[in-house]
Amino acid sequence: MPLLKDEALADDPWIAVADDQELPADSPVIVSQERWLARAKDLAGRNAPIGILLKSHQSPAAIAGDLDRFSLVALEFPHFKDGRAYSYARLLRERYGFKGEIRAVGNVLRDQHQFMIRCGFDAFELRAGEDPAEWRKHANAFSVFYQPATDRRVTALELRHAKPAE
Amino acid sequence: MALHIITGNRLIDGLVVFLAEDGGWTETLAASRVIEDDEELAQMKTLAAAAAKAAIVVEPYPIDVTRDDGEVRPVRYRERIRAFGPSIHPAFAKQDAAGHFAAEDDDEESPVSRKRA
Amino acid sequence: MYRYDEFDQRLIDERVAQFREQVARRLSGELTEDEFKPLRLMNGVYLQLHAYMLRVSIPYGLLSSRQLRMLAHIARTYDRDYGHFTTRQNIQYNWPKLEDLPDILADLASVEMHAIQTSGNSFRNTTADQYAGVAADEVEDSRIYAEIIRQWSTLHPEFSFLPRKFKIAVTASPKDRTAVWFHDIGVIMHRDEQGEVGFEILAGGGQGRTPMIGKTVRKFVPKKHLLSYLEAIMRVYNMLGRRDNLFKARIKILVHETGIDEFRRLVEAEWAQIKNGYLDLPQAEIDRITDHFQPPAYETLADASPEFKKKLREDKDFATWITANTAAHKRSGYAIVNLSLKPIGVPPGDLTSAQMDAVADLADRYSFGELRATHEQNLTFADVRKTDLYALWQELKKHNLATANVGLIGDIICCPGLDYCALANARSIPVAQRIARRFQDLKRQHDIGPLRLKMSGCINACGHHHVGHIGILGVDRKGEEYYQITLGGSADEHASIGDILGPAFPSDKVVDAVEALIDTYLDIRNDGEAFLETYRRVGKEPFKERLYATA
Repeated sequence: MPLLKDEALADDPWIAVADDQELPADSPVIVSQERWLARAKDLAGRNAPIGILLKSHQSPAAIAGDLDRFSLVALEFPHFKDGRAYSYARLLRERYGFKGEIRAVGNVLRDQHQFMIRCGFDAFELRAGEDPAEWRKHANAFSVFYQPATDRRVTALELRHAKPAE
Repeated sequence: MALHIITGNRLIDGLVVFLAEDGGWTETLAASRVIEDDEELAQMKTLAAAAAKAAIVVEPYPIDVTRDDGEVRPVRYRERIRAFGPSIHPAFAKQDAAGHFAAEDDDEESPVSRKRA
Repeated sequence: MYRYDEFDQRLIDERVAQFREQVARRLSGELTEDEFKPLRLMNGVYLQLHAYMLRVSIPYGLLSSRQLRMLAHIARTYDRDYGHFTTRQNIQYNWPKLEDLPDILADLASVEMHAIQTSGNSFRNTTADQYAGVAADEVEDSRIYAEIIRQWSTLHPEFSFLPRKFKIAVTASPKDRTAVWFHDIGVIMHRDEQGEVGFEILAGGGQGRTPMIGKTVRKFVPKKHLLSYLEAIMRVYNMLGRRDNLFKARIKILVHETGIDEFRRLVEAEWAQIKNGYLDLPQAEIDRITDHFQPPAYETLADASPEFKKKLREDKDFATWITANTAAHKRSGYAIVNLSLKPIGVPPGDLTSAQMDAVADLADRYSFGELRATHEQNLTFADVRKTDLYALWQELKKHNLATANVGLIGDIICCPGLDYCALANARSIPVAQRIARRFQDLKRQHDIGPLRLKMSGCINACGHHHVGHIGILGVDRKGEEYYQITLGGSADEHASIGDILGPAFPSDKVVDAVEALIDTYLDIRNDGEAFLETYRRVGKEPFKERLYATA
């Protein structure tokens, strides 16, 4: 799948590994939460980076204590209408202090791009053939924000009451 | 077997349309293509699906109709409302549909019958 | 009223541009209907039986005359010359074309209006008291906080894909005119023991398939914590609300299945993490918005002039209209006027473009250029001088907006039903019209007294039948339209859900059934006892007996 990072197509070194597959020795791998929770010790000695895939019913609270082990958290959208991952992303960034890559995978629409950025996503799995230029347009669909969010982009409220420069 | 026609809403304006004899889409119920057998129904569904993909019509589907003296009439009341118009707004009537619209005079007990024909 | 600054305006302009692009992608086929649907729903665009339907947001029901003229223009130019006011203080157009919608939204944006989030699984219109600002019993103006909530809830990045729609109401009077106990979140403004104004926060109220009365999550939230508290509730709902079953996805199901105590624990735990942070509401912003809701330039007037009293004595029809369609204003010499959108023969809540223009002119002349849409599908002029009432009444009569039935049996609340709505099982408007005709005699209506009759064409309950004193629900029984009657519902501060009386009635029997209920009430009521009071005193048995006895 094409990967969008910083508004451009990026190479993707990560390999998503099914629960019953062996882990390739030196590649960055993305494993399921089940695998992580069941086999954390096995993965403990691993040199290559580890990423975790959370399904839409899997809140990051369960692995919050292990976040320093992950370079990447992939949040899955089984359907673009399933909006749980927006909350998960915000918690990862703001509650648990996660600084690695938060990747949106699954059924995502470019029209959701800006919402995702504001919630702390910084990588996006596109459908085959999608044009990153179109995604880029949606990253800036709006220039006004009513409510504060993870990205701490200045809000209308803050601008209204900003003290004039001295 | 029952008779069918294919209906949907036209994408650009949302109006109710029917698959016509010529393969196009018409607002006129009388010009709809009446489907008489299963094989034809399957073919027309395929045609309709293509029209949906081509952004002409939205979510087309088959409906049961009767044909009496050449007059095509949907069986389900809901489809008669779609075909003829909202029963309370005869000004928005889409086709001739005697007895479909609520009486305009003060006859308060003139329930518009929705019994099956 | 709130006036947009550059930020508010830019946001809706950007939304129009975004939607224009999305429509273009849909018309070219680049977006499938499945992909386009949630996007168009975020802009209030439904596809119904006959055509698209556009639901325009009227924040907490408040309109300027300028905005109403634009709504008239849209009806005339792009639709079939009328609009429909809804039970959530919005307006709907039933015949717009998809290709015209971007232009319609651009026209709306030119008068600070939009259709953002009037459908779809996000926040909907935050409603408030139609008497806000002029009711003597209000603690503060509920519209101020409805506006604050409106902004915070607009295009919220975390909460735009909720399990289901989300409706918030704000009230500030002990007498509730907003159905606050039947909202996903209800906000009741009140004072604590120290006299500080804050909010009681309710959650889990709603109608639809499983009507439920909201529960108190927290009794007092200080103003500065309003948004952080709401955000905590929303995060719990977004993460835990059911997504497996469309009919179990509202927050009321989550509150019910979790239990209010556990639900509260979850909310409070989340709130503890985010309060006293960047969601704190600065007093400066409260002040800024409050400034938009200053009282108009009232004159100092005696309460009732001799001419007014004379007219009341001389003109019985005028007196009848005053009794039903006006309410007390907190300021001496002023009155609240309700315009009835329920004349005989018109679908409840419908208004033609000509009427809209007339109402806009009358608002300018008689009510400082503003009006409100109510959740009972009428309009309100909040600030009319009593000395103007007679002249205003004459004008309203000319435009068929003075039927003296507000709050009475003729003032029926009714959804569009199967005549228009793709979700409906039965028609609702023809039955409502027949009931209205049966009871059209005003003397009879006034004798019957206050009675909220509410009708829905399906279990989604957009006509709010669960909270009707008499509720009627249209159902489909083997292809026939049948009507089930409930009694004793109430949307005010004594919230109650109506009781099902018994088997449903066919279309040609339902009006007689309603008449039998009214006759029962008239037979057993005590002096001065309204319908709902009588029902609560005697229960459903007498009514059930009368309706089903002659089997």
